Amino acid sequence: MTERVVITGMGIVCPLGHDVETLWQAILAGKSGVAKTTIFDASTFPTTFDAEVKDYDLTKYTKNPQLHKHSNRGSGFAIGAAAQACRQAKIDIETNEPADGINRSRMGVYLGAGEGSVDNDVFFEAIVKGWNSENNKMDWEKWAEVAFGKMTPMRELEQEPNMPAAHIAMLTGARGPSRSCLTACAASTQAVGEATMMIRRGDVDVVIAGGAHSMIHPLGLTGFNRLTALSTRNDSPETASRPFSASRDGFILGEGAAIVILESLESAKKRKVEILAEVIGYGSSSDAFRVTDMHEEGRGAIQSISRALADAGISYRNVDYINTHGTSTMENDSIETKAIKAVFKEKAKNIPASSVKSMLGHLIGAAGAAELITCVLAIRDNIVPPTMNLNDPDPQLDLDYVPSKPRKMQVDIAMNESFGFGGQNNVVIIKRWKG
Amino acid sequence: MSSARIVITGLGAVSPLGLTVGDMWEGLCTGRCGIGKITAFDPAGFSCKLAGQVPDYKIQQYVPKSYRKAVKMMSRDIELAVMAANEALTNSGLVTKAIDPEKVNVEPERVAINMGAGLISCDLVELAPAVAASVTDGKFDLRKWGKEGLELVTPLWLLKYLPNMPACHIGIIHDIQGPSNSITCAEASAHLAIGEASQIIARGSSNIALAGGAEAKVNPIVMIRQCLLKRVTSENNDDPSSACRPFDADAKGSVFGEGAGIVILENLENAKKRDAKIYAEVIGVGQSNNINPAYEHLESDGKGIQIAIEKAMANAQIEPEDLDLIVPHGTGIAADDLAETTAIEAALGKAATKVAVWPTKSMLSNTGAAGGALDVIAAACAMANGKIPVAKNCERKAAGCNLNIVKQPLETNIHHALCCSYTYGGQTAAVVLKKLD
Repeated sequence: MTERVVITGMGIVCPLGHDVETLWQAILAGKSGVAKTTIFDASTFPTTFDAEVKDYDLTKYTKNPQLHKHSNRGSGFAIGAAAQACRQAKIDIETNEPADGINRSRMGVYLGAGEGSVDNDVFFEAIVKGWNSENNKMDWEKWAEVAFGKMTPMRELEQEPNMPAAHIAMLTGARGPSRSCLTACAASTQAVGEATMMIRRGDVDVVIAGGAHSMIHPLGLTGFNRLTALSTRNDSPETASRPFSASRDGFILGEGAAIVILESLESAKKRKVEILAEVIGYGSSSDAFRVTDMHEEGRGAIQSISRALADAGISYRNVDYINTHGTSTMENDSIETKAIKAVFKEKAKNIPASSVKSMLGHLIGAAGAAELITCVLAIRDNIVPPTMNLNDPDPQLDLDYVPSKPRKMQVDIAMNESFGFGGQNNVVIIKRWKG
Repeated sequence: MSSARIVITGLGAVSPLGLTVGDMWEGLCTGRCGIGKITAFDPAGFSCKLAGQVPDYKIQQYVPKSYRKAVKMMSRDIELAVMAANEALTNSGLVTKAIDPEKVNVEPERVAINMGAGLISCDLVELAPAVAASVTDGKFDLRKWGKEGLELVTPLWLLKYLPNMPACHIGIIHDIQGPSNSITCAEASAHLAIGEASQIIARGSSNIALAGGAEAKVNPIVMIRQCLLKRVTSENNDDPSSACRPFDADAKGSVFGEGAGIVILENLENAKKRDAKIYAEVIGVGQSNNINPAYEHLESDGKGIQIAIEKAMANAQIEPEDLDLIVPHGTGIAADDLAETTAIEAALGKAATKVAVWPTKSMLSNTGAAGGALDVIAAACAMANGKIPVAKNCERKAAGCNLNIVKQPLETNIHHALCCSYTYGGQTAAVVLKKLD
């Protein structure tokens, strides 16, 4: 007997707000979380803007901020998002005697989480001191002198990508399976999918799942700028993210954390917590094509969508809303459109398929879970979020991207698509819970 | 849920003991030590000058002609992973596009990949000229970097260091189109990847999976992290082969290294149908968490490890007395080894003092995300050969350790083996293997 899996809590810290309702109101109002970079001086970079989490105060979410004081940006956001999600799902945090009816050894954590930033000042200073430009060699002894003198052990440990999940375990006391994956832009959709499978198998009753990431640091921006993956529309940051438009020129680097509480239906019923939606399908695939490009025909994307539909046991005709990966890059938006057409056939143009990245930016590892939360809200309120900044449609791209304004309509089944750099693709399908 | 049984039908290992599983097993049996003085960079300024380094290789020999251009996008972690994948697939008798396009005997859509990967650190020498071009008055100048330095960074630079890339490159080379994941849980990564891949096959999402891990820790920035965290031994720099001493009274810290290990997991039916050699069955996987406010150390009672072992044993439906071999995480960090000892004793009770315990890091070093896979491969070799080699460098057990650390090589039939691992911060994992008759 397979356990059914439901969502009983949600939490978010993202460029459009530090809680789920603020995010949702911002999205329905078509607001943008994109602005000039403030975390560091990016004024001379090819891209001078991003989507940042601003004015975040960790102490609002934990009574033990000392414990998390070394956490990197991603971990800090993860703690806030997890605390919110646990509150909604009536899960006790920061206690040795939880009274929420969940056995801690049957509570897991699964994040799609990114690495922390290097300790920038010391990182660069050590290279400057160690590098000998005359012979193009590094004097490691000089390098090590700076590194030993100025790097701190905890700051270094906190760069490991398993740390956001570790902080959530400390916060909640979870002793069940704990995993962290980093499949680029698809990571947190994969985390939600695999966590769902853990509950279905009966390994655990609850998983705190989602993602956390910040690549808004000099080396992160450098890497994406060199790949020419980012928009360089520096004169108009708030309209730069324009998925599916003819003038799209790249994605917008964002950051944040998004957490959902996944729970077996039995546990949710026993604990009498509100059920927000049911997770009914998950599909994962690998492009096996190129690390630099998506498969031209969207083979991997098509496989992940088809596998998720098969796993859910539904037809493409049953899907009411597609939350696209929609990054605002030339390649993704056109191949994703092709893939949707291949799977959804005659219905492709009739299913609303929008991109909240037009407002939120691209949260990289955290993107999938953040977008899944908007799917839950779309079902809750029967409103499909819009794709903003779509003022000059690409003639090749002719799906219903829900331009400019949210749309009131019945949404019972929503599909969330995430496709990662390198060709790892993940899709999750959720359904209205009708009791 | 599907009740498919999962077996290991192929092994691939690149380690400080050599470029193949055969080299590794020979080295382990003869007590050879893969640890030596660091040659990848000058370690003069480092408290630990030792590492487990993989012998020289030419990556071009491991990559099909049509894909040779892509090696410039491979960091060392990725290279090691690609090499181990080649060996594991060849060893299993599975034929992919890269091995022989005329004789492919797998369905690409039914093959999954699940790789453990570390925090892949960039090559500082590669980055240095760009940094040097961004200096004003002797100091790094970020504004100058954005204008001038950045232009000197190779365009595809980032792709070398994304931890999902080992799985992506292997997937491209061998045309693997099934589920693909990259587990980034430090030293527990490979066990967690093997566990997840087993579940992917069990639920019917694929018939075959490549699972394991790869990490190249012999990089100055990785090494300095371990030095700063005081995880390394700073003694024994002159005597590399006795430097790493898991569970020994004279243990002074760990030694880090590089490697990759990949196993081919397959559902039993599939393996039987093609008459594959079966090394072992994966019958139990357990996962949990350490929770310790001072998370730069392991919790002293090893509770998270204990729970993972208990879950793996329950999942395997065997009793502690049924175990013939334990390959522990055993890093040579005295406090951590003691915590792991406590966990093993708590989980296995009286049997804990009887079962042969064989830590491998004294010879293989601590290879991070690869370690768990190398240990599973070592256990599978022990099982196949009916032999447990000596646990090197544990001459006098540490106080509080009552485990039966292997002192003399054993010739014995190994029915069941347990491997375990953990991270600083949280994740723990345990895997139980069974020999099939």
